[in-house]
Amino acid sequence: MDRFAFIGLLKLPFFFMEANTQKLIHSFSALADLGQEIADSGDFIEMVRTSLHLLLGTIGIRRGAVVECLIHREETNTLALWGLGEEYKAHLIVNEIDREAFLGLSSGALRIESEVEPNSPLALFLARHREELAGQGIELIVPTIVRGAVTGLVLLGRKASDEAFTSEDIEVIRAMVRHIGVGIHTHRLLGEVKQRAEENERLYQDLRAIYRDTVRAFAAAIDVKDTYTQGHSERVGKYSEIIAREMGWGENEVEGIAIAGYLHDIGKLAVERKIINAPYRIDAKESSELNRHPAAGFDILSPIHHPYADIPLMAKYHHERLDGRGYPDGLTDTQIPIGAKIVALADSFDAMTTDRPYKTRRAFDSVIHDLRANTGKQFDVQVVTAFCRALLKELTGETKERKFLKMLGKNYLDAEKDAPLLRELLNELDPNTQAAAASGG
Amino acid sequence: MGESVTDVRSHIVGTTAVVYASDYLNKLTGERIERECKKQLDSGCRTLVIDFSDTGIVNSIAVSILLGIIDIAEKREARVVFSDVNDQTVQLFEMLGVIKHIVLAKDEQEALNLFPPPTQTQATSH
Repeated sequence: MDRFAFIGLLKLPFFFMEANTQKLIHSFSALADLGQEIADSGDFIEMVRTSLHLLLGTIGIRRGAVVECLIHREETNTLALWGLGEEYKAHLIVNEIDREAFLGLSSGALRIESEVEPNSPLALFLARHREELAGQGIELIVPTIVRGAVTGLVLLGRKASDEAFTSEDIEVIRAMVRHIGVGIHTHRLLGEVKQRAEENERLYQDLRAIYRDTVRAFAAAIDVKDTYTQGHSERVGKYSEIIAREMGWGENEVEGIAIAGYLHDIGKLAVERKIINAPYRIDAKESSELNRHPAAGFDILSPIHHPYADIPLMAKYHHERLDGRGYPDGLTDTQIPIGAKIVALADSFDAMTTDRPYKTRRAFDSVIHDLRANTGKQFDVQVVTAFCRALLKELTGETKERKFLKMLGKNYLDAEKDAPLLRELLNELDPNTQAAAASGG
Repeated sequence: MGESVTDVRSHIVGTTAVVYASDYLNKLTGERIERECKKQLDSGCRTLVIDFSDTGIVNSIAVSILLGIIDIAEKREARVVFSDVNDQTVQLFEMLGVIKHIVLAKDEQEALNLFPPPTQTQATSH
């Protein structure tokens, strides 16, 4: 036998198998497309619709549907329909007994005209739905089974060739239906994960709210101890929040700095009440006792897992100064956390603008004078700049917020008189403003 | 007759609509043809000629969509002709039983000759 005759013989079986081979290649190609569709699709309904098309087009079936068996319910939800009546909804009842029966189907598919054991669960299922399904041209029901549970049913009509389904057809259909089942199962799992994540987010928000309420309660407790500075902690929290927001901090960080403001004086709970409430200028010893409160605050706050960063440090260092003359550690400029610098300014501003047992509050021009004198020594220039900008925005009406005005009282500020003071200070502090002014901008 | 990048080429000869399938007939292009065929049936066409002269490959989704088009046409008592289908696609259509529901024509002209001569030609672009 020559070489060409041998090759011809080799080709012979393939010639006879051509139709089957083509069918096999067509099915493999469709399975590959189906796998990709299920893995890639972000749109679940579109994925099911496309999968149904793939299945129908692989076998040459003219109509079909995919219905999902709802969890803990007997009703089904129709995911995709093709070639059925426009009004048809494919609402089936698939109870637990039906699902068990579908699990036990040896062929993996139920022909609706097949003879099933009378009074068996499948006979009862068919009795309920045969007429409706046959009316729609449905001939075959294939359950989607994932991890031993029926997640849905694929309803298939007659083949376009009008031939009966072969065992090979059923195998291909089952393989494709398994893929569709995995798609449904994955979608459910993702739904559950999403639901859990939403629940966790709600719980987390609830916990944050509880945390904030607790902090407010603490702030009130701190301020109750100091009869002359009631509301001080809350105001420092609010001023700190305004400054941080003006500095462009994110919402979470702004919330954190507000909490630090509320809690900055928590260490005062460890200081004797008579020192805090002394109706006179306290002596050196008493002052030393009072000055323990930032470190005491750090000790109180450190063991707590705060949902925000550096709260204990902001409390500890809110009396530090840029020039190193502050306490408790005498830190200098870059050693002091920016949050502590913000709380320090908020604390001092509130101290200057509220009545104390030994002095009445200062006029606003005197406060500006203090800020001018101490920026770079006690206060950080960026923090003072942000503070002045935020206050100026309220005074000029650039913002509708009235936070400063609420805390300072109606008659404390005079926009006409005080806005120029703020602008002047800002010009001195902000190099950009200075540059703009110098260039006539 | 016109053509755009995104849409399906088609033209009408009497009550026959000739719709041109693309080089690769898949979900996207199949759905476009489906829309075009529905539109032509809605406007009164009694024969749909789907021309496959440019078509190299038809995938499973497109087969399902084509079966859907045949279904709709049958419900409206319209005929469906596939013209200029390559051998591989003919085998696929035979294997899947699509052939039973359509008429195959060698080319567009043969498809048009299967039916009464056109009275007028109207070109459309969609």
